[in-house]
Amino acid sequence: MTMRILVVEDDKDVAGFVVKGLREAGHTVEHADNGRDGLFLAASENFDSIILDRMLPGGIDGLRLMETLRAQDNATPVLFLSALGQVDDRVKGLKAGGDDYLTKPFAFAELLARVEALTRRGKTDGPMTRLAVGDLEMDLLSRSVRRGEQKIELQPREFRLLEYLMRHAGQVVTRTMLLEGVWDYHFDPQTNVIDVHVSRLRQKIDKPFEMPLLHTVRNAGYMLRAEEV
Amino acid sequence: MGQSSESIVAQLPQPVRSPEALRQAGRQVGRQAGGWLGIRSAGRRFALLYALMFGASSCLLAVSLWYSTIGLVQHQVENAIRSDDIALLATAAQPNGGLADVIAAINSRLAAPENAGSIYLVLDAQGTRMAGNLDGWPPGLTQMEAWYQLPVSRQGQASVALLRAEVLPGGARIIVGRDVRARAALWHVLRNGLIWTGFLMVALGLIGALVIRSIFRRMVRDISITSRAIAKGDLSRRLPLGVGEEFDELAIIINDMLDRISRLMDGVRQVSNAIAHDLRTPVTRARTRLEDAALHAETPDEWRAAIERATLDLDGIVGVFEALLRIAEIEAGSRRAAFAEVDLTQTLWDMDELYRAVAEERGLHLRTIIAAPLMVLGDRELVQQAVANLLDNALKFSAPGTVIDLSAHMEDNFVEIVVADRGPGIAAADRNRAMERFFRAESARSTAGSGLGLALVSAVAQLHNGTLQLTDNTPGLRATICMPALG
Repeated sequence: MTMRILVVEDDKDVAGFVVKGLREAGHTVEHADNGRDGLFLAASENFDSIILDRMLPGGIDGLRLMETLRAQDNATPVLFLSALGQVDDRVKGLKAGGDDYLTKPFAFAELLARVEALTRRGKTDGPMTRLAVGDLEMDLLSRSVRRGEQKIELQPREFRLLEYLMRHAGQVVTRTMLLEGVWDYHFDPQTNVIDVHVSRLRQKIDKPFEMPLLHTVRNAGYMLRAEEV
Repeated sequence: MGQSSESIVAQLPQPVRSPEALRQAGRQVGRQAGGWLGIRSAGRRFALLYALMFGASSCLLAVSLWYSTIGLVQHQVENAIRSDDIALLATAAQPNGGLADVIAAINSRLAAPENAGSIYLVLDAQGTRMAGNLDGWPPGLTQMEAWYQLPVSRQGQASVALLRAEVLPGGARIIVGRDVRARAALWHVLRNGLIWTGFLMVALGLIGALVIRSIFRRMVRDISITSRAIAKGDLSRRLPLGVGEEFDELAIIINDMLDRISRLMDGVRQVSNAIAHDLRTPVTRARTRLEDAALHAETPDEWRAAIERATLDLDGIVGVFEALLRIAEIEAGSRRAAFAEVDLTQTLWDMDELYRAVAEERGLHLRTIIAAPLMVLGDRELVQQAVANLLDNALKFSAPGTVIDLSAHMEDNFVEIVVADRGPGIAAADRNRAMERFFRAESARSTAGSGLGLALVSAVAQLHNGTLQLTDNTPGLRATICMPALG
């Protein structure tokens, strides 16, 4: 799925790296190196998502750009990319209307996963009652899961973990995203807690079946998808 | 180490000022504020204020003394004249009485020695003097039934009298009065007394003002001498107590502030030292890997491997920085603004759920006992992180097959969260230092970690006005977060 992404970032190296990476991942990318141009592009063209630096030259910083955009009823998902990493900064960015916040320095895999998740989220806002990936089906109303003919019993947290993975099926989901999305934790524990929970879930949904659905993506995270990676 | 607190002070952006410069600055502030009646010295202002208050209350006292004394005497004389008047008018109004009865009554009153101060005059309708001890109608007494204080001539003697004239039925006029020469004498005595007292009060007021000013100066001098020494870099100095309750309160606040400043300065020193020493190691490692790859790697795979491992090293360094910043953010106390009423019960059960899987995976038994409710005023996310750090540590140091305890309960209005393991523990001598940044016990040197975990837990506990206690779990470590409960 090709997306059109706007990158507003003044640091040449970071911008070059991000633009190159996103293009390699198959997306179309526009780049602005200051707030004024960024706002002009964001307001005049259609993007699937915007990657926005907080501190920008040109008189308009990231927050101002974001607020101006939202004031024009432009709901394009925005991911803040910032060196300001304190909790207050994150809260401020999200309050201004940002959809996600990533602190520099960052791993590209994390950025890519979050941008792709953001874009998908924007499109599936309507209420859903059923999720399906391959022969794995989840009924959100009766809170039951089955794969093929077989019913799968899940603990409440395992259910939420699987739901998150299914909502982002076909996308890479990082450990941090799972911690935030499933456990509502905003820090990284030193222990590999997420890996253990994912491997338990894998035991239940993949072990007895021939084709694995839950894949580990090296140096990035996990992905739930029906076809072989 | 080797960096003393003085050299840190020297690096602070604010230059230490000379006393003269400080005074200058004080004057400037005074001028900007417009001063108080143009007086810039607070001591003089207090002194003047005291003198004014003292003067005003003395004046008030004198005035009230004056009017109550003089007024009382006046009132008494008026009452006497009034009752005399009424009696004489009643006599004149009797059916068979008349002017003759009034004259007889006056003559009999004048004959009595106790009425020496009484003054009477009766004139008939034609203006002929009929009785009384006044020589004639006093000039100036023009209106009937009104009070007059006039000089009179009394059988040839000049005097001052309070007088009241009435018209009797038949047209005769009568004057009733009292000699008030004695009252005038009292007036003089009182006035002189008050004038002298006034001088005395001015003197007392001035002396009092000077005393107050010197006391004030002395109190402030103690504070300013100590503060100046502290400003010059002697952070061990503290303000003296016992000067007086208000000043003690101020001194205690300033001393608390100084304690905090020196703690923070110690922290800064520790961290800069730690950054210099502890971060050098991973940076060196990353650098070596990259240089080694540049010089010796032969295949793209070897390059890639070296780069990936160097990236991991850098991530580790970033992790250390983030932990340091996080601790600094917590210690700065700004997150108190986001405090809310939180029941930690569910939070802790969530932690149990998150870590139980890992514990089981490693053959450990996580034993959780949580007594609800655990209400605190705090930051759920920070408590989560603190407990997560303790559990991370416990998992890291526990041998397979052992038990890790996670328990929480109320104890004397405090919420106690305990994480206990059966690992190697921390030697008693090291336990206090274990909460310092970058501290790593000898036994922990070989394991991964930054030495910041417990420092963060301790900072979180302190932010919540609580403590982190490390005790022996015989064997193992027992970490207790203790914070005030709500309600």
